[in-house]
Amino acid sequence: MSEAPPRPRRRRGPRLPKPPVPPAFLPRPLPPGTQRGAPRTALDHAAESGKVVVDWIDERTQLSGVTRWVMFRKVPRGTNWFYTLGSATMFAFLAQAVTGVFLAMYYRPDASGGAYESVRYISTSVFLGNFVRGMHKWGATVMVVLVFLHMARTFVWGAYKYPRELNWVIGVTLLILTMIMGFTGYLLPFDERSYWATIVGVNINGTGPVIGPYLSDFLRGGPEFNATTLSRFYAIHMLILPGAIAGLILAHLYLVTKLGTTAPPWVKATPEEPALGEETA
Amino acid sequence: MNQREKEAYLREYSILKAQGKPFFPYAVAKDSLMGLLVVVVIIVLSLLFGAQLGPKASGATTTYVPRPDWYFFFLFQLLRVIHPPGFLGVATIGIPTLGMILLFLLPFYDRSAERRIERRPIAVATLVFVVVAMALLTLRGAAAGSPTALTISAPAAVKAAGKGAVSEFYAGRAASSDVGCGACHTIGTAGNPGPGPALTHVGSRIPLAGIERTLVNPTAPMPSFKGLPPKELTAIATFISDLK
Repeated sequence: MSEAPPRPRRRRGPRLPKPPVPPAFLPRPLPPGTQRGAPRTALDHAAESGKVVVDWIDERTQLSGVTRWVMFRKVPRGTNWFYTLGSATMFAFLAQAVTGVFLAMYYRPDASGGAYESVRYISTSVFLGNFVRGMHKWGATVMVVLVFLHMARTFVWGAYKYPRELNWVIGVTLLILTMIMGFTGYLLPFDERSYWATIVGVNINGTGPVIGPYLSDFLRGGPEFNATTLSRFYAIHMLILPGAIAGLILAHLYLVTKLGTTAPPWVKATPEEPALGEETA
Repeated sequence: MNQREKEAYLREYSILKAQGKPFFPYAVAKDSLMGLLVVVVIIVLSLLFGAQLGPKASGATTTYVPRPDWYFFFLFQLLRVIHPPGFLGVATIGIPTLGMILLFLLPFYDRSAERRIERRPIAVATLVFVVVAMALLTLRGAAAGSPTALTISAPAAVKAAGKGAVSEFYAGRAASSDVGCGACHTIGTAGNPGPGPALTHVGSRIPLAGIERTLVNPTAPMPSFKGLPPKELTAIATFISDLK
């Protein structure tokens, strides 16, 4: 007399709510003789189509591994709201990019007449123009504040220490590029305020030792403020710097993913807890 | 940080990480909320304060007070506080560059394994010093007038000439500050070192009449001041000729 095989134990854990699927998409019992999983109706095919497309792309790009690596990695115990400052800075940068693209659709970097008029046109005539320009202006302030807060958090928590030294260096580069972004963008409206602030700023650069005069000559496009200065600032502001910042943000994020975000320094692993790889024993 | 400390940190971190939650959806949800908040704040700021557009830039007016965006105030104020004659380059580029280099190299000279802020007294002192200094400089930079405002005091010869001459000197100094001589000239410790020549002792080289002629009919790129009221023009010329 043989004993009945032990019943498989039911999985413990909370029962998660089911998503509200329309009745047409609910699986129906299979007619006898059909193979399990084979699509039968047009609706089944339609339901499968998303999966098919994703599979097709994944077969050629093999991106699913990277996506899993990025999205399903664990963030350490103790992670709190201070960890959102970095991504908040990135969102501010993205907002600047979007509003900047809309401003670039109307802006003309023409110092001899056109730059100021195009900004006035944006402010007075373009639908929501002054609102978008205001967002771009205040977005700069928000981004600078967030960069400094993010850096302060990193400093106070000692998150720049081993093994994240390189990411600190990239972050400082991003801080400096953000400041240069603010400096070059300030000239573009080409009113009295921006013009004179830029003249003084470039002159200050010129007083620096060794490279100072070359730097201010490069910024002005010559020994004096001239017609090419504005287009030079424009190119730096909307082509060179955004590209550099976007690239460095990607490098920053790669290292964050690779090394993991720090745990808050006051969170300690308790000695009873098994180390990684020992918990299966 | 030696090898043992590095390995201890990595071991500790791997435990904390294994006990954590997956990035998606927990961290992603927080980040998205924060990103939404950032965009809302930007929109509210834009609606409340908007973006102003001043009069069109023209190289001819020098009466304009140059003002950077607020996050450069600390730098501007720093230049006003530190103004050693002959070492201007040190103040303008030297100090910010030194600050940047120190910031870049932070993980390379702070090599201790300690991460808790209450056990890093030097880090706390540096942080407090930098934050207080930057806040003070920003506030004072916001309150201060033009960086080209003139600060030179009356020379002995003017003082000897009596009270009338002294008050005339300061009236001329105020007028010169207003039209922005300091934007292109150094006068005493104030003003920019170029493109114009320093005027600190110009009175000993050029007579009053010559100065008046130069103000009305200057060499490019200096703008002409013949549009000013004659009284103001005379006050400026007298002030400059007093600089001996």
